[in-house]
Amino acid sequence: MSAQPATHRELGLTDSEFELIVEKMGREPNTVELAMFSLLWSEHCAYKHSRKLLGKLPTDGPRVVMGPGENAGAVDVGSGFAVAFKVESHNHPSAVEPFQGAATGVGGILRDVFAIGARPIAILDSLRFGELDSVRSRHLLDGAVRGIGHYGNSIGVPNVGGEIYFEEPYEHNCLVNAMCIGFAKTEEMVRAAAAGIGNTVVLMGATTGRDGIGGASVLASAELGEGDDAKRPTVQVGDPFEESKVLECCLELLEKGLLVSLQDLGAAGLTSSAGEMASAGGVGIDIDVAAVPLREADMEPFEIMVSESQERMLAVVEPSKVEAVLTVCDKWQTGSAEIGVVTDSGHVRILKAGEVVGDMPVEALVDGCPLYDLAPAAPAAWIYGNKRTLDPDADSAETLLALLAAPSIASKKWVFQQYDQVVGSRTVRRPEAADAAVLQLPESGNAIGVSIDGNGRRVACEPFNGTVEAVLECAQNLACVGAEPLGLTNCLNFGNPEKPVPAWQLDRAISGLASVCEQLGVPVVGGNVSLYNEGPDGPIYPTPVVAMVGELPDPAKTAPSSFQREGDAIALLGPFAPTMHGSELTKQRGELELGLPEPDVAAVAAACAIVRDAVRSGRVASAHDVSDGGLASALAECSIGAGIGLRADLQDLRERGCTPEEALFGEGTGGFVLSGDRAELEALGALIIGTVGGTTIELAAGDRSLIVGVTDATEAWRSLDARAESAAEPPRRRLRSAP
Amino acid sequence: MIWGVLQFPGSCDERDALNACEVVGGEARLIWHEERDLSGVDGVVVPGGFSYGDYLRAGAIARFSPAMEAVADLAAAGGPVLGICNGFQVLCEAGLLPGALLRNQELRFICKQADLLDSDGATLSVPMKHGEGRYYAPEEMLDALEANGQVAYRYADGHNSNGSVRDIAGVRNERGNVVGLMPHPEHAVDPLTGSIDGRQVFEALEGFTS
Repeated sequence: MSAQPATHRELGLTDSEFELIVEKMGREPNTVELAMFSLLWSEHCAYKHSRKLLGKLPTDGPRVVMGPGENAGAVDVGSGFAVAFKVESHNHPSAVEPFQGAATGVGGILRDVFAIGARPIAILDSLRFGELDSVRSRHLLDGAVRGIGHYGNSIGVPNVGGEIYFEEPYEHNCLVNAMCIGFAKTEEMVRAAAAGIGNTVVLMGATTGRDGIGGASVLASAELGEGDDAKRPTVQVGDPFEESKVLECCLELLEKGLLVSLQDLGAAGLTSSAGEMASAGGVGIDIDVAAVPLREADMEPFEIMVSESQERMLAVVEPSKVEAVLTVCDKWQTGSAEIGVVTDSGHVRILKAGEVVGDMPVEALVDGCPLYDLAPAAPAAWIYGNKRTLDPDADSAETLLALLAAPSIASKKWVFQQYDQVVGSRTVRRPEAADAAVLQLPESGNAIGVSIDGNGRRVACEPFNGTVEAVLECAQNLACVGAEPLGLTNCLNFGNPEKPVPAWQLDRAISGLASVCEQLGVPVVGGNVSLYNEGPDGPIYPTPVVAMVGELPDPAKTAPSSFQREGDAIALLGPFAPTMHGSELTKQRGELELGLPEPDVAAVAAACAIVRDAVRSGRVASAHDVSDGGLASALAECSIGAGIGLRADLQDLRERGCTPEEALFGEGTGGFVLSGDRAELEALGALIIGTVGGTTIELAAGDRSLIVGVTDATEAWRSLDARAESAAEPPRRRLRSAP
Repeated sequence: MIWGVLQFPGSCDERDALNACEVVGGEARLIWHEERDLSGVDGVVVPGGFSYGDYLRAGAIARFSPAMEAVADLAAAGGPVLGICNGFQVLCEAGLLPGALLRNQELRFICKQADLLDSDGATLSVPMKHGEGRYYAPEEMLDALEANGQVAYRYADGHNSNGSVRDIAGVRNERGNVVGLMPHPEHAVDPLTGSIDGRQVFEALEGFTS
C-alpha cells in the first residue's frame, strides 16, 4: 500500500511558506514537489531559525582545507594530508528507537566524512539522557550504546572518546551526537558540487525503501510528545555491512579519479542530495525515479525522492567513466544505477520513465526558504527543576564520594568497553587514559588530539559564558595531551526556537561561540543544528556540543591524566577561580539558579599554551583539567587512575576569593592539575598544592578537610557499571506513562 | 617471509594485520576473497572484522570463498595460517580448527586489554574486542585438545571476559601450522598503542613452511 499524499501543514510547512512556494513556482506544487519542498524547507535542512546567527562564526584560518557548506570540515595536518571532522545529531530518532537511531547516526556521520574522500579513522560521541534512576533513561542509554557499538564496531572505525551527562531535562528528549574524524590526502579530497553538463548521476549503495520517510521534517523538526511511538517508521534502519562496502567502494573510486563529485544521502534522501549538489554547482539535475533500485516495486515517485534509506551515495561521473565506476561497484558487491544527468536548466526535474512528474527551480527549492529572526527573551529565573539528592550537611568526604559516583562524573568504562577503541592502529590514548583522545598519523609523521565537550547545565545557567566554557574545556583537554587547536566543529542542540527562552539560549550561545573562537583564533569548520528538542516538560538544557581537533608533533610526547609516580609534586596551573554556580554539587543540593561568571579567555589560552609546551617537552608526568565536581574530584580522578593516593592543601585558593568549599568542589574554567618534578612545576609558574603518595586522598582547605581511601573513591567512581547494567529490565515501550 | 592477508567484504582489521606482518619483519599483501592463487605467499592471515556482515553466523559465509579454498590447500601442505577474531571464526567454520565461537557470556561486545598465557606459560598483553568470542567445544574434544597440546592461548586469571570454556583464547591444529585466537595480536605490535607482545604470535608461526 502506498502512502497517501499529505497536505502542506501535515508536512510541517506554514501557510505563508506554502504561499511563498506557490509564488516562486508560479503554480501550486504537485505531490512530488510538495514533499520535496517540505523537506528542504524544514528546520533540519534549511536552518531557517539559526542561519542568520551562524553567520557570526569565524570560519577562516590558515589551516582550513574545507569549511562550512561541505559534507564535513577539514584542516591541514601537514605533508599533504588533511583531517576531516564533523558532528551530527540523531536525537529524535534515538528518543523514539535508540538502537537504530544511534546506529544510523553513526552511519550518517561516517558517510559525511568519506563523501569528501577521507577515510574515517575515529568516532566520538556526546550523549545526554535523563537521570540514571529512570527506567526510560537506562533503556535509551543501553539502546544507544549498543547501536553506536554495533555500527562502529562492525565497520572497523574505532570509538576513541566522548562524554555523557545524565540530567532530568533530557528525560524525554535524549541527545545522541556522533562525531567522525577522517584522514585524507588533501589532493584526493572531493567536493559535493555537481559539475559538467551532460555528466551522469549515479546512485550507489543500498536499495531505496519506505524507511525514514519524513524523518527530517516530521521527526527532526518538531517537538517530541504523545504518540511518538507512531513515528517509529520514520526512523531508518542501518546496515553497517552495506556501509562498509560503500565506504571502500567510494574510496577506491576517488583514488582512481573516477568521480567528479560525491554526496551522501542523509536527511531528506535523494531530494537534498540532488538539490544541494545542483545548488552548489549552479546547475540543474534530472532524476528518473524509474531507474532507482527499489525494495518495494510500488513506491510512488515522492516516496522515492524523500526516502531516507541508509547506506546510499550519489556521484556525478563523466559519461566515459561510468562503465569503470559500475565495475568498481560490482567488485564491492554494492548496488549502482545511472539515475540521472546534470543539466543546464537550473531546475531539479523528477521523471518517471521519461515522463516529468516534478519540476522545480533549484534556487527556490534549496535556497528559497525564508530565514527567520528569533524573538529571544531572557527568563526571569531558573526555568528547570531542582531536586535535592545530597544532604547539604554531608561532610566533605561524603560529598566527594557522592560527586565521584554522580553518573555524569563517574567512569564511563561500562560504555566505552562496548566499543572497539583500537582498530586502525592509531589509538595512542584510549578513553579515560588522557583528557583527549590521541591518534597517531604515521603518514604525516605527527598526531592529533580530539576532544568533545558541552555541559548543558552550565549553559542553562548562562548561555554565553557556558558556551565559552565548553570551548575552553575542549582547548584545555587538547593542551593536556600537548595538542594545539586547528579547528572546531559543533552540534547545537536546543529547544523550540519559536519560543522566547530557547531562542534567547540559542542566540546567546552562538554569540559566545563566535566570541571565544575569535579570541582563540580557532576557525569553525562546520556544524550542525538540532532544534525542537523538547519534551512535555519543556526544553532540554541548551546544549552546544563542541569538538576540537588539535595537532601534536610527536605521538610519543603526550601526557596521561593520572598521576604516575609516588613522591611527585602536584600543582594547580591556570586562572582557576571556582564558584558553586552550575556545579554538580549545587545540582545535587537542588540549588541551581541563573548566573555563571565570565571566563577570562585570554588567561585560559595562556595557561593552555604553557601546559601544551610542558607536555610536549616532557616536563610534566600528568595533566588533567579541572571540570565537573571541581578540584577535589579532579585530584581524586588522578589518584584513582594511578591507584596511588595524594595529600594536598588548597588553602592558597583563598587568595582567589574562594571559600574552602568552593576550593574543594566549586567549578570554573581554566584549571589544570599537573604532577611531576617540583622544580619543573614551579618553573611553569604553577601553584604547588601537594604530593602524590599513600593509599588515601587527603585534602584540606581552611576549615574543611577530608580523608577518603583510594579504594573507596575508586568504588564510587566505578559505580556506573552496575547501575547501567540494570538496563536489562524490560524496556518501557511508551514514551511516557499516563500524565 | 611473505604473508597474504585475506580481505573479505566487511573485513575491518586487514590493514592492521598487513602492518603487523611488516613490523615483525615480513612482507605482506592483501588477498581479495575471490583470488584462488596464493603463489608467492608463504603464510596467510585471516583477519578480524565482520566478513559478509557476519550474516547467518560469524564466518559462515566467508568459509565458502574461493580464497578460503586456497587457504585450506596451504594449510594441508603445512603452510602457516593465522586466524584472528573473525578469522578464527572462519577457520573454525571451515573445519581447519576445532570448536566454535559463541556469543559472549554477558551478551555484549567487549573491548579491553587482556593478559594471555601462551603454551610456554609466558604472559602476553593483547587487546580483545568481539561480541562472539566465547570458545566452545564438547568435553571430549577439549580433553583431546589439551592432551595434544592444541590449546595455543588461554586467558590469564581474571581476564576471561567472554566465558570461554577452560579459559581458551586460541587453539591450533594437530600439526601446529594453523592457529586461531580471538584477541588481536596485530593490535599489539607498536609500543605507542599499548603493547608489542602480539609480535610473538606472528613470530611463533614463522617456522612452518608448505
